[in-house]
Amino acid sequence: MTPQSNFMVLAPIDPRREMELRQLLDSMNRGPGQVDPNNALLPFAEFDTLHFARFIILDDKTTEDVRVYGLSPRSYPLYLAFLGDVDGDANAFLGKLIKRTGKGLGRIFSCCEEFTSDTDLLAWMKQHHAPAIAAYVNWRGRTVRQIREENALYDALENHTEQNAATFQGLPPRELHEKLRTFVSAEKSAGRLILSPENPTPLGWQIRNLLHMLGLPLLVLIASPLLILLAPFYIIALRRLEKTDPEVCPTTDQKHSEDLSRIEDHDVTNQFSAMGSLKPGLVRLLTTISVLKTVNYGARHITRRGHLGRIRSIHFARWVFVAGRERMIFCSNYDGSVESYMDDFINKTGFGLNASFSNGVGYPRTNWLVRDGCIDERNYKEYLRRHTLVTQVWYKAYPGLTAVDLERNTRIRQGLERSSMTNEQAGEWVALL
Amino acid sequence: MGGVVMSEIEYADVQGLLCFGYAHLTSASYALVRVRNVNAAKAWLRDAKLTSAVAQNAPPSTALNIAFTAPGLRALGIPEPVMAGFSHEFRGEMAEESRSRQLGDLGSNAPSNWVWGSYGQEPHVLVMFFAKPEQFDSFVQNAKGNTWSDAFEEVTSLGTSNLDGDEPFHFRDGISQPQIDWDQKRQTPCTQLEYTNIVALGEFLLGYRNEYGKITDRPLLKPDAASAGLLDALDAPGMKDLGRNGTYLIMRQLEQDVRSFWQFLYEQASGNLAEASQLGAKMVGRTEQGEPLVPIQDRPIPGMDPKTVKQNQFTYESDASGGRCPFGAHVRRTNPRNSDFPEQRLSAIRKLITMMGFGPKGFYDDLTSSVRFHRILRRGREYGSELSPDDALQPAPPNESPRGLHFICLNANISRQFEFLQNAWIASTKFSGLTGESDPLLGNREPISGCPVTGNFTMPGGGSLPRRVSGLPQFVTVRGGAYFFLPSLRALRYFAVVGNA
Repeated sequence: MTPQSNFMVLAPIDPRREMELRQLLDSMNRGPGQVDPNNALLPFAEFDTLHFARFIILDDKTTEDVRVYGLSPRSYPLYLAFLGDVDGDANAFLGKLIKRTGKGLGRIFSCCEEFTSDTDLLAWMKQHHAPAIAAYVNWRGRTVRQIREENALYDALENHTEQNAATFQGLPPRELHEKLRTFVSAEKSAGRLILSPENPTPLGWQIRNLLHMLGLPLLVLIASPLLILLAPFYIIALRRLEKTDPEVCPTTDQKHSEDLSRIEDHDVTNQFSAMGSLKPGLVRLLTTISVLKTVNYGARHITRRGHLGRIRSIHFARWVFVAGRERMIFCSNYDGSVESYMDDFINKTGFGLNASFSNGVGYPRTNWLVRDGCIDERNYKEYLRRHTLVTQVWYKAYPGLTAVDLERNTRIRQGLERSSMTNEQAGEWVALL
Repeated sequence: MGGVVMSEIEYADVQGLLCFGYAHLTSASYALVRVRNVNAAKAWLRDAKLTSAVAQNAPPSTALNIAFTAPGLRALGIPEPVMAGFSHEFRGEMAEESRSRQLGDLGSNAPSNWVWGSYGQEPHVLVMFFAKPEQFDSFVQNAKGNTWSDAFEEVTSLGTSNLDGDEPFHFRDGISQPQIDWDQKRQTPCTQLEYTNIVALGEFLLGYRNEYGKITDRPLLKPDAASAGLLDALDAPGMKDLGRNGTYLIMRQLEQDVRSFWQFLYEQASGNLAEASQLGAKMVGRTEQGEPLVPIQDRPIPGMDPKTVKQNQFTYESDASGGRCPFGAHVRRTNPRNSDFPEQRLSAIRKLITMMGFGPKGFYDDLTSSVRFHRILRRGREYGSELSPDDALQPAPPNESPRGLHFICLNANISRQFEFLQNAWIASTKFSGLTGESDPLLGNREPISGCPVTGNFTMPGGGSLPRRVSGLPQFVTVRGGAYFFLPSLRALRYFAVVGNA
């Protein structure tokens, strides 16, 4: 298995060159929200291990919100973020990226502070790396190459079954399965279909993964006497905050709302980037860190492949602290419209949503960390929309395919690789076609 | 809920359309007008005799209801801070370019091709006239009165026809409607473990609790001379509620190519009309007579109108594979009849397991959102003459008049109800694990990025290879549309007086 990894380069923009940067990023698009995958600056499509990538200018318009706590907002520099989700090691990917498109990347990053013509690009990018505190991968191990091969398989099977519909219709499923196995193996022999076998899982990754899997519960176990002792104090403090923390959910500015809509729904998948300030104080900071560490652990070791809780429409997602511990960004790639995305979250994973986002300034009031909150649907949606950033450039390696499409194709492939099935299994498999 | 008081409905303040479809008033027309003279328009609105939702012993023989677009309210001089209280969708308008992508209004459906409602040419006011046929003309004339043409300029006047409960494709229509919880007995927020047809009042009427137990945003005003007549907001002490007892009305003119529909079915059925009719039933999800494709269950469904039990008391629980009613069938897309969880009536433990993401493992499981957040109340009417399937197989005579549906629906939250339905369930080519197909009746068949083909229709085979029909033509074309606010009678009076010296 080839595990996926991610990178995020985060650097303050040289204020004098912000306009130039915006124009550069715009030049990578064919139209609003539609990247040219072969654009001259960074031809994403040339990298066959890159799933998703984006450039965002972190123009957080909500920094004033901390005033509700009597704090005066800090003037943060304007940051540029460059994110990607890749097959294999992220650093190795960046190395490849620089080799092929170093010039374009250099032009973009030269609009950032402390970047000069003789800067070592790779070292600079590593130095500006912003690690995710929690990350979710829809299907660990499924590579871009696999996605493309399996989609070609689906197309071939659809063509073949359509051409032979008269003979195939009504055939017992096991017989049909056998016939399609034969067809596919002939197509493979003829070189018209490729279904590459899985690469071996890197040993280093396996060890790190195992240590992570055992490490966190062990740590919690060791700390448990202390945690139990502190729990009542923590709960009292949290409840007090929950009852007094002010909500900041004004109606989103209509222009901002329309700016966001303009770059959405050009593909079946959309990008999402939301940013905000954390509520002040240690209790909220520790809650954020613990919840997100738990989410990260669950996403990595517990969730069923293809699922984030009940949600099956997210390809990749991550939470990252932005330069320090005061502000945070959440980035995801999800299928469908933003409205259905928000509804899915509220109705299916409201508890998780509350736990992970309620530490942000102004979030609709929660109770016991997981209750209420986003159930205040309109306020929640205004809150989220207001915190959403306009993404300048967004790339997806497989336009037109949803996470559920990818799962169907993988299930079809897995079924094909089985030499025998029960009637029931074969029936379920045939229903995927 | 904190601060939310239960309040009895003042039916005399609610426009009748929320309670009644006026089916017995078989003549109807919709005047779409722009304000010509503000003062004359306000005077006309002030004098208009709106039909309220008060039930009468003898049903009325005429009815008048009125709704406004955002440009219409601005034309009447509604102040901008008040406008800001309306939803983004209403203010942003249906014909906005980004919205067109979401609603599937692309290609021949695009607003630039509309006969009414395109950007910059939005109607201001929708005036709906209903009457018994013999009284219709005189009613309309009286209702318009002498000042009508001083006040308004007609964009268009849309006639309707009475097809006796069928829609133009010749299928029974309007069988299933949500039952509004007028008495506000429904406990919300709640977890719905079984499909119910009862929907919280606040899903259809602004100012009351919705399915989340919250009151949807709407303009709240400080008390002043103009707003004095409005009711109080139930969740904001001291504020006047402009939205209360009103709702949003969505109108779309959907032209139906009845000939192309039946000719396509006939061709697919190799010239067998009975088989064509069966394929049509699979696409619609009901037979022409309105019979569902899955058996009627014994178990009652809460909120089911007893008169419609024979055609409505069913869910798709017994048809999880879509073998009887395809997932993509129009009525299954638009009302999947599900609950909050993929399995109905599940235990607390099972609920928890499902919540954590370890519920049913099947590919098609749990892909469809819970329908109770996405219901709409349909109030549309057909236009054009009836055409039987037999006749539809003949080529069209020259200059044939168009047929279709003046689709009208009511809801309190346009984005979560109408737009979600239209976007995620009708226009989406990825509904419920499907790919390459949108709604078989309403889909626009436009290619999307990465998917050149969107004109399929799949009928799961129940264990054998699904049957897939391809090359569906576009049967329905959007010819116009707009978002309206259907005010309460009090809010209408406010519109008529606000800003007046």
